[in-house]
Amino acid sequence: MAIHQPSTLSEACALLATHNRGSDRDLAPSPLVPIAGGTDLYTHWPQRPDEHAKSYLDLSGIEELRAVRWRNDSLTLGALVTYWRLIQDRTCWSALPMLVQAARQVGAVQIQTRGTWAGNIANASPAADGVPVMMAYDAVVELVSSEGREEIPLADFYQGYKQMRMRPDQLIRSIRIPRRSFLFQRFEKVGSRNAQAITKVGVAIARSGAGWRVVANSVAPTVCRCPTIEALLDDKVTVRGPDDLATALSQDIAPIDDIRSTARYRRRVLARLLYFALRESCSAFE
Amino acid sequence: MRHQIRVEVNGKSHEREVEARQLLVHFLRDELRLTGTNVGCETSLCGACTVWMDGKAVKSCTQLAVQADGCSVTTIEGMKQGDTFHPVQEAFWECHGLQCGYCTPGMIMAAGALLKENPSPSEAEIRQSLKGNLCRCTGYQNIVKAIAHAAQGGAQ
Amino acid sequence: MKRFEGLEKLTGRTLFIDDLPLENCLWGATVRSPAARGTIRQVRVPNHLEGSGLVLVDHRDLPGPNVVSLITDDWPILAAETVRHRYEPVMLVAAESRAAARRAAAQIEVVVDPLPAALDFRQTPTAEQIQVGDDNVLKQLKIERGEVDEALAAAPIVVEGEYETGAQEHVYLEPQGMAAWLDGEVVVVHGSLQCPYYVESALTRALDLPAERVRVIQAATGGGFGGKEDFPSIVAIHAALLAIKAQRPIKLIYDRGEDMAATTKRHPAWIRHRTGLSEEGQILAHDIEVVLDGGAYVTLSPVVLSRGMIHAAGPYACDHVRIRGRAMMTNSVPFGAFRGFGAPQTLFAIERHMDVIAKQIGVDPVKLRRLNLLTDGQATATGQVIDDGTDRQQVLSRALDLSRFTYKRSQHTAFNAEHAYLRRGIGLACFFHGAGFTGSGERAMKSLLHVAGLADGRVEVLSASTEIGQGTTTIFTQIAADQLRLDPEQILIAQPDTWRVPDNGPTVASRTTMVVGRLIERACDNLRERVGLDAAATGTELQAALVAWHEEHPDEELLGSARYQQPPGIEWDDETYRGDAYSAYGWATYVAEVEVDLRTYTARVIDFVAVQEIGKVLNETLARGQIQGGVVQGIGWALLEECRWQEGGMANHQLTNYIIPTSDDVPSIRVAFLENPYPHGGQGAKGIGELPLDGPAPAIFNAVAAATGVDPRVLPLVPERLMELIEQ
Repeated sequence: MAIHQPSTLSEACALLATHNRGSDRDLAPSPLVPIAGGTDLYTHWPQRPDEHAKSYLDLSGIEELRAVRWRNDSLTLGALVTYWRLIQDRTCWSALPMLVQAARQVGAVQIQTRGTWAGNIANASPAADGVPVMMAYDAVVELVSSEGREEIPLADFYQGYKQMRMRPDQLIRSIRIPRRSFLFQRFEKVGSRNAQAITKVGVAIARSGAGWRVVANSVAPTVCRCPTIEALLDDKVTVRGPDDLATALSQDIAPIDDIRSTARYRRRVLARLLYFALRESCSAFE
Repeated sequence: MRHQIRVEVNGKSHEREVEARQLLVHFLRDELRLTGTNVGCETSLCGACTVWMDGKAVKSCTQLAVQADGCSVTTIEGMKQGDTFHPVQEAFWECHGLQCGYCTPGMIMAAGALLKENPSPSEAEIRQSLKGNLCRCTGYQNIVKAIAHAAQGGAQ
Repeated sequence: MKRFEGLEKLTGRTLFIDDLPLENCLWGATVRSPAARGTIRQVRVPNHLEGSGLVLVDHRDLPGPNVVSLITDDWPILAAETVRHRYEPVMLVAAESRAAARRAAAQIEVVVDPLPAALDFRQTPTAEQIQVGDDNVLKQLKIERGEVDEALAAAPIVVEGEYETGAQEHVYLEPQGMAAWLDGEVVVVHGSLQCPYYVESALTRALDLPAERVRVIQAATGGGFGGKEDFPSIVAIHAALLAIKAQRPIKLIYDRGEDMAATTKRHPAWIRHRTGLSEEGQILAHDIEVVLDGGAYVTLSPVVLSRGMIHAAGPYACDHVRIRGRAMMTNSVPFGAFRGFGAPQTLFAIERHMDVIAKQIGVDPVKLRRLNLLTDGQATATGQVIDDGTDRQQVLSRALDLSRFTYKRSQHTAFNAEHAYLRRGIGLACFFHGAGFTGSGERAMKSLLHVAGLADGRVEVLSASTEIGQGTTTIFTQIAADQLRLDPEQILIAQPDTWRVPDNGPTVASRTTMVVGRLIERACDNLRERVGLDAAATGTELQAALVAWHEEHPDEELLGSARYQQPPGIEWDDETYRGDAYSAYGWATYVAEVEVDLRTYTARVIDFVAVQEIGKVLNETLARGQIQGGVVQGIGWALLEECRWQEGGMANHQLTNYIIPTSDDVPSIRVAFLENPYPHGGQGAKGIGELPLDGPAPAIFNAVAAATGVDPRVLPLVPERLMELIEQ
């Protein structure tokens, strides 16, 4: 195992350009795996010796990635911003409260102090807790490489299970989240206990001038928006109970049975979480 | 690949060459022989290996030793200053906040970190802040009580 | 009194076995079966490992018979020709580092030709699944009293019910671990364990050595709960075999994943009740069937079955009782000792069944219990006449008062009518737990204990009872200090070491304070007599006498001793299973209040009251801690902890996917004691270690039933299971 610990972003990009760029990858047998907090990687470290053979790019020494920038119309999180940092940020509690709620549900304090928002995106787990709220807030991911930068809306970032619109030589530099005034927002996570549980089903809901956003996790190969539900809400379709939502949801999600839960449970519970949350805000819900 | 690191542990500076893959917890236990930090799960879950890194509670199995280079680490062995116990240690003693003792060092480190951030937590906040540390003996009750006791300055 | 060993634990100075510095040691690891059942065709050791300095041990290296000594000689130390469960040990390796040993073990492949596995203990095995006798039954027992069939036929009401409980993993925070080395001719084993003499007898047999060439020492032990009663014998033998072969010290420390996959767990159970009742709800007849999943080998299943069956009819009077039980062999990891030892399973069934009865016949569940609770002079299922003077109705009343049971019930009706998706309910369980070994166990054990009077006037308790977190050393100090009128600082507690302490039995069965505590009192009396003092002697007089004795007898040892004496009037027949099953019982009523979220089908305990009569409470803080810890373990068993099986192996064998409660998943547990000193227990105490595991599950299930109107009967009640019940 090798670990590179650059102290600037350009150094990091240069390393990625050398190790991870398309044509050279056949020559360099060990592409670099970028890590920020590393919490997803270390969870099974002793059990996965194959991970020890890889090469890592430890970003934790790059100070410029630690910034939290509040502007009038947006929040920008550097790639090393941790969950804990936002839990401690009073502005966030009022401006973008779902970020705080989600952060508090990630693992426990010791993980919240290490885990990062950008790492949550790049790990691409369908059960990620940070991604649904960022996606519901229309977050935009800023990628950099030695060739330049580009921005991709988080909602378009995933293409399939662990598939991202990101080249191996790119890094997440920051996440930009627009500030809006919200008419309604709600984050729900269901795990197998109150803490330190991987999500069995979860959802983030936001309603602003931009319309409804409903984003679910652990019910599809990626964290996903639920366009059928969003349309149903935008159109103010009458909903009489959770079962009405279940039909619409089946267009949007594809849950499976796994070690943590069942597809049946995930479908039902997501419909019920949505129903009881939305009933508080939508006159079309009976 | 080996790396030279310098880590301050319990106020003392250590320079060592470590394997890149070595977790901080094994560095503390195997290299520095600080065995008060226990390993209970190796999956970042049980919290028995909780230490402070630059003052914040982290699980030392969720961290490579190389990443601690230049950092300051406090372990359970560093909590007692001379003859004076840390208020959380006093409170655990006073309130029987332990049974088998295996989760205890991690619990004390997590509790100590909480009280630094929030000197007078509610019971709910205490329970919240301990959820990264599993205990199978006590049912948590005397641990929660001990931390509340320490917060009220009962231990001083 | 404060915890005896507390300061070491609070400062990180305690040396658990993995912390023990061991010069020149090798690290051990275990190669395990990939299959539930089959014939071992080959164990493939890759070429690069051969001759790499790696130490390898298999069954051919055993000096003695290939069995772990317990009840039946069926549990191999290392599988030879066949395997009977996944993760069964087949080969041992030792290497220069922990990582190297693990890597090597992972590279060695056990090739198994599979055979049909018996994986469901509830189903009659097919011919090709049979591996034990002609039916895979490991043990069968029957308790019978009165005329059950006639009484059932004559009863105006008969209520039937089937109940099921799942396996439970101990999750002691410190995984299993042993160190072994050779001290000249002597094999020394040092490690995490509950019962040094169990390990000693397993070692002497496996290594074919006389007792004087085997020494077992307990290290600080990070929790046990029964999991370090039977299993440490295997780890100890494995470590010793490697040490002998390598001629170097060995550390064999399991990681969590290996520990959860390979070690024993609580027996899954299926229990059927047929209960004959009068119109008012008086129990007229019990016909109960108990089936346990024993797993691949017998381990302690017969005694678990027996304790489970003895508790199966609950703390209720009934003249006509039949309890039939069997433990089935299956191709899963062997099930073994776990706090409660069969009683939590059967008490769950009877106490859930009582609420099922109450609902079916329209009687209040509290009233139904009041009507049937044992009163002095009445007999248990085994015909044991209870006559201890405990007011069992009062135990129930106290729990109802503390929990405001009636008031809460009416509050819940209003709350449930109002709330969109939350439902609250309250439920109770009345139960009992027999302390000490079952039946003639204590008599057969003949426990022996010494206290040594030292030359400096201090006194050392020499006992094989282990501190595993429950407070043995604190309680022993307290008992010895009180008995001898000494300051606690004048009492030493010897480290359990088979070369220093006599065999006063294992640290199990809620027997330590009650049985061994009494031995300490008597051994202290004996010590005082040996220096010519009577019971009126002060501590100062005693210390002076000890000093004087040693001046007169230089280099001699001064011991006070006591051997177990059965309390008078105890009769037990192992053949008929009739008589006094336990010399004393703890009595309890637990009340749980739950809140069910109908969005997520999650049940959460929001209040819990535990009231028990346990004889004299010797150290209230420690006793409360035991109850609270046991209750939380019981809440976990009831609602969260599910072993998911895949081909007989535990699929979720990490703490990330086997879910035990965190501090945020449980409420404060409110504990109250009623005291009725037991004359034959240490300072009047009865056992309490296991009792708190019995009550939470049925109380919680009854509360969920009250909250939602569903009838849950299968444990654990995970949300996916509750959803199916609610949506039916």
